[in-house]
Amino acid sequence: MATKKITTPLTDEVVRGLRAGDEVEITGVIYQARDSAHKRIVALIESGDPLPFDMQGAVIYYMGPSPARPGKVIGSAGPTTSGRMDVYAPTLMAHGLKGMIGKGLRTPEVKAAMREHTAVYLAATGGAGALLAQRIVGNETIAWPELGAEAVARLEVRDFPAIVVNDCYGADLYEEGRARYAKS
Amino acid sequence: MAVRELDVAAVTAAVKAMCMEVNYDLPDDVYEALKAGKAAEESAVGKAVFDQLVENADIARRDRVPICQDTGFAVIFAEVGQEVHLAGGDFAAAINEGVRQGYGEGYLRKSIAEEPAQARRNTRDNTPAVIHTNIVPGDKVTLTMMAKGGGAENMSSLNMLKPSQGWAGMVQAVLDTVSKAGANPCPPIVIGVGIGGTIDMVTVLAKKALMRDIGSKHTDERIADMETELLEKINALGIGPQGLGGTQTCLAVFIEEMPCHIASMPIAVNVQCHAQRHKTVTL
Repeated sequence: MATKKITTPLTDEVVRGLRAGDEVEITGVIYQARDSAHKRIVALIESGDPLPFDMQGAVIYYMGPSPARPGKVIGSAGPTTSGRMDVYAPTLMAHGLKGMIGKGLRTPEVKAAMREHTAVYLAATGGAGALLAQRIVGNETIAWPELGAEAVARLEVRDFPAIVVNDCYGADLYEEGRARYAKS
Repeated sequence: MAVRELDVAAVTAAVKAMCMEVNYDLPDDVYEALKAGKAAEESAVGKAVFDQLVENADIARRDRVPICQDTGFAVIFAEVGQEVHLAGGDFAAAINEGVRQGYGEGYLRKSIAEEPAQARRNTRDNTPAVIHTNIVPGDKVTLTMMAKGGGAENMSSLNMLKPSQGWAGMVQAVLDTVSKAGANPCPPIVIGVGIGGTIDMVTVLAKKALMRDIGSKHTDERIADMETELLEKINALGIGPQGLGGTQTCLAVFIEEMPCHIASMPIAVNVQCHAQRHKTVTL
């Protein structure tokens, strides 16, 4: 299958063109945020305060890197388990979030929100942080530096590889792939 | 046998070096298992995942960058010979100092939060380590270190079964754990199983089981057969590399057992990701 090249921010049209199982390469700006950052972003939404970045069409990468060596853009930078962000993800999608990159299973509530708000969930290869870091060409912390690896960063990526797990039509690659190879 | 004096500074130096090496240099047994996994995998997407993981290990080794950004909780098994006199300071403090230096100087992520119930403040130096110390015969100190990531650890389980459930119940407990984990623990996984003992000991056995090299056969043929059965049944689930579907969900199953109470049948399942970072040194 040919790899689909997509650029951020994502539009509804681009999201509708992605199907579970599609291999993509992402170019543009994505935002690093994991547990603590999500908690704080949702608190800002609830209090009506400004967010650290424009959520419209945004792609969030569930990731907390290892420290960069001097002269390097970033350290090891693979995805973390997405399920811990499930309680926050529908709120973010309701405020414009279009893409999530992580690894692992999502809840039915998150998948329903993806259908409702036309959003997509992509998996990057977990435990391939040294490899994935090579596709990150820019890295700037934009909120909560005191959170260390859990701070929010604006990452510039070039041909960042991922695979569509959940599309906006309700398909789930984890379920389909497993059913194809299950022997029991 | 004469008492041998060992300065704990040597312990600090060894732990520091291991923290860095396990995170940059995927052990040979795991590297070979990834290559063999690619050959055995039936799914094209799964094969591509194995290729990425091998390339990732090569980059990490070459550039001294961590294999995974989650550089783990430092888990140390220390076997201290009873003829050794540890001098020059506190043994556990020496291990923690090694972790502090290794994670600091090695550009490794600090992933430990104190006051876990509420404040969850990062300790900023990846301490404390989890330390299991045993006194053994001899005049050597053997340290085995594992960098244990959080994603796979979270998918682990402790099951206090009824003796009537038997081996079949244990098999089901392992399959339920792996099945529920799905894509979350970064398959292909390694499974450490503890059987017997008490609630505390069974989990230590499961962790200790993970210290074995992939490809090694258990010395007890009965247990080796149990490991083979579990491996085949896990790989029949179809979860596959990264949970995207495939035949190679699990690289190895390792079991450690001990006797248990007549009323109990404990089984702990410690799930480990493919970044099975472990190393042993003898001082």
